Amino acid sequence: MYQTTYHRASSVDEAASLFGKSSDAKFLAGGQTLLPVMKQRLASPSDVIDLGKIKELQGVELSGDTLTIKAATTYYDIMTNADVKKAIPAIAYLTSVLGDPAVRYRGTIGGSIANNDPAADFPAALLALGATVKTNKRSIAADDFFKGLFTTALEDGEIITAVSFPVPAKAGYEKMRHPASRFALTGVFVAQTKSGDVRVAATGASQSGVMRVPAIEAALKANWSPSAIDNVSISASGLLADIHGTAEYRANLVKVMAQRAVAAAG
Amino acid sequence: MSTVKLTVNGKAVAVDVEDRTLLVHLLRDHLNLTGTHVGCDTSQCGACVVHMDGRAVKSCTMLAGQADGANVTTIEGIAKGDELHPMQAAFRDNHGLQCGYCTPGMIMSAIDIVHRHGGQLDEATVRHELEGNICRCTGYHNIVKAVLDAAGRMKVSQAAE
Repeated sequence: MYQTTYHRASSVDEAASLFGKSSDAKFLAGGQTLLPVMKQRLASPSDVIDLGKIKELQGVELSGDTLTIKAATTYYDIMTNADVKKAIPAIAYLTSVLGDPAVRYRGTIGGSIANNDPAADFPAALLALGATVKTNKRSIAADDFFKGLFTTALEDGEIITAVSFPVPAKAGYEKMRHPASRFALTGVFVAQTKSGDVRVAATGASQSGVMRVPAIEAALKANWSPSAIDNVSISASGLLADIHGTAEYRANLVKVMAQRAVAAAG
Repeated sequence: MSTVKLTVNGKAVAVDVEDRTLLVHLLRDHLNLTGTHVGCDTSQCGACVVHMDGRAVKSCTMLAGQADGANVTTIEGIAKGDELHPMQAAFRDNHGLQCGYCTPGMIMSAIDIVHRHGGQLDEATVRHELEGNICRCTGYHNIVKAVLDAAGRMKVSQAAE
């Protein structure tokens, strides 16, 4: 790792001000992505601004039909939170199969979506549930937040403070896990809103990162059951291909994982 | 350089380190606690697992500065004098190690698993929960046996306290 200067911020305002004074700073929450990348010397920020101890970025609130998870809440604290388990159990499940136990103790929801790794789990949940990303400057709909591989709508120095999820009627998530990295080879999050709309998002599949799957959404809107997807065909065009699986394999995974997610959602 | 103040195995320490120092290097290079190992250095193998404020974390994936003010326990801090921790004793009795390189991290992760699951542990849970710890020798079978054995012993030793 190259030299860097570490700062621990005690508030979002202090973090933003530290960022403004640095030449090339990065925000650090759980560090489960940023630190490995810095160790590989793929990132060499002049300053690292730690958000992990900021109280206003911690915790979960359930208010009416909105579940709000503050940005620096760890995966472990999300998966064990009673409100999460009650309101959107699919999020508790998603968090329980993310990374490994040590990663879940440190990694945060804010870090997951800010990095927008094409194989990260949380972007699929945000997109399928129609969540809203809150930052220190504005609110951004999930549909407008994810802009492609490792790219988001966040401006330089903008800090995610929370994610608000509308509580769905039904939701489920399933993924094919890479056996070594535990990243999603492909994962699909399905959600039926309380007004009857259906939204489906896949992670780990598209070359441009997390994506909606309109064909499966239409099939599920007509008939919410795994068999409704039997005859849907997913095009391999634009899907990722690597040593772990071809684009055709991933296209099939989108379908199979969607079926399993619907079955899990009930 | 910054001064990082933390409690390690019950002892308050203050260490001057470069800001880029990882927690595992603070422990090994500055405090000579070399029981915590660096295996893969890519956050996958778990040889570096220590307890920070009661949670099993990968000390190669934390800056030392992030542990400022924290309470850290390493493999050197779990035995009571000459009496091994029940997890250490179970690893020895069940032959849960061969080369031993992964063992400190295995034991720290395993203690955390038992704390989280209490008496509800079964083989499938142990295998699933050990996914962040890689062993190249044993094939895991005796490690899993050791963890299940220790879960019983830890319940007994907690009840006795």
